[in-house]
Amino acid sequence: MSASSTALTVMCLIVAAGAALGFYAGAHRKMDLEQWAVGGRGFGTLLIWLLMAGEVYTTFSFLGASGWAYSRGGPALYILGYLSLAYVVSFYILPQLWEVARAHKLQTQSDFFETRYRSKNLAAFVSIIGVVFLIPYIQLQLTGLGIIVEVASSGAVARTAATVIAAVVVAAFVFTSGVRAAAWISVVKDILLLGAAVAIGIVVPYHYFHGIGPMFAAIARAHPAHLTMPGATKNLGHAWYISTVLLNSLGLYMWPHNFGASFTAKSGDVLRRNAVVMPLYTITLPLIFLAGFAALMVIPGLKNGDLSLLAVVQRTFPPWALGVIGGAGALAAMVPASIFTLTAATLFAKNFYRSIFAPTMSDARVAILARVMVGFVMAVALYFAMHSSTTLVNLLLWGYDGVTQFFPGVVLGLYWKRVTRAGVWSGMAAGIAALAVLLLGKHDPIFGVNAGFAALCVNFAVVAGVSLLTPAERSGFHESLQTSTEA
Amino acid sequence: MPTGEKRKPSLSALLLGLIPFVAMCFSVSLWDRVFPMVLGLPFNLFWLTSWILLTPLCMWGAYRLETRQESARRVPRSGGIEDANQ
Repeated sequence: MSASSTALTVMCLIVAAGAALGFYAGAHRKMDLEQWAVGGRGFGTLLIWLLMAGEVYTTFSFLGASGWAYSRGGPALYILGYLSLAYVVSFYILPQLWEVARAHKLQTQSDFFETRYRSKNLAAFVSIIGVVFLIPYIQLQLTGLGIIVEVASSGAVARTAATVIAAVVVAAFVFTSGVRAAAWISVVKDILLLGAAVAIGIVVPYHYFHGIGPMFAAIARAHPAHLTMPGATKNLGHAWYISTVLLNSLGLYMWPHNFGASFTAKSGDVLRRNAVVMPLYTITLPLIFLAGFAALMVIPGLKNGDLSLLAVVQRTFPPWALGVIGGAGALAAMVPASIFTLTAATLFAKNFYRSIFAPTMSDARVAILARVMVGFVMAVALYFAMHSSTTLVNLLLWGYDGVTQFFPGVVLGLYWKRVTRAGVWSGMAAGIAALAVLLLGKHDPIFGVNAGFAALCVNFAVVAGVSLLTPAERSGFHESLQTSTEA
Repeated sequence: MPTGEKRKPSLSALLLGLIPFVAMCFSVSLWDRVFPMVLGLPFNLFWLTSWILLTPLCMWGAYRLETRQESARRVPRSGGIEDANQ
């Protein structure tokens, strides 16, 4: 067996085992909309942990983080900063959010906006923005999957073909299972990726440099500026770091899928305890950074930094090990991609299409439309994956720029009585408009500050200003919350 | 409380959450350097890695504060049973 066929075979076995587990987990349950989308709202600490950990070990952190460590250097450290801090933020909003969600039987992020601000149109707008910014995140996973198959097959399977196969497999997976299946496969992929991160992060520096210390000493000699900010970039300095870490840590739970995942918890306390321990889950990320830094010395000159981790693995480990790591990476792309696709499809069907065009549509019909949308969302993400050459990290940065614009509406909706529907409408519209101007005009960063963060500041200012100028209105929450605590 | 408004986190719990933000975010220009290397890591990487471990400590403190206040404020409920009818 040739090296590449060994690697590919091992990789396919791992993916098949993961998929089988997922189908099995989804097989025994009746799949109505509630079960498919939020798992019946009965997940304990363990499953919630697994669902929410989705962000930590996706293609983004696996290939993207090492890719930026390789191509950008210091600025990549923002990834270590924002993940821990996002859990800190979640501590103060998720338990409250969960209580509201249970009292009002909310399933999605848009349900939150619809109920709090008594506006179907606002909710529909939120859904569309959510779907739009989920697309680059899905694209990121497909591109990553394509890279993995390409490297594992030593180029025998071309990137385009690999990406198409990836999209089809993910879509098939989403059709048949639901959120519960995804959570269970996360078990397999996280164990594999943890193992892979430890193996790569320790073996690679010792193999080439006889230790982590000597490796960094060598990098500091050869590329003195690479390890600090702005690293190999011109404009990603400390102001960019602070604004990006803030934006991303506020934004992690504004992703429609993460927002929705918190509704699947058994209690608000589960979420609070989760927030305390989650940062520990990111502890292997520094090991993944080591691979990117090592690659800088071992295989300099790669045109695409996102290849660096796999390229260094291929050079260092036997083919079967490349297969295991590739398989783990493939699951790390497929599981999140299926969750994101499921979320986008449900949002579109339930909170956009039904809300605006077909108020009498039954849940069963919504579920069918959502399944059709799965195919459509995959097709769009696939199209972008085949026609763009952006780094994986950049794709996620754009996503965060967009979804964090929900933050003012959510946090003020929970904690500020005076916030009004008109305020949230205009703030969000202003934020998205500012973002579009900055990103399309290539003004990111603007004066050294992350463009998404600048847009968020505009958003906050407009929400506060317009809310104070419009008459106070009743929140959709308070009354029924009152009755639910009396019951 | 007259309205059913969401209970806000206490100030002391918020301050505990601010510590990791200061350490990992706002103070970046103080620790973004290569030397001194610690445990073989550049100083910035070492600093962030340490705070990944220290953040749960801060949040554990916040958790203790929040749960203590919660149990003082309301009578314990029958617990979890209402979830079973889902």
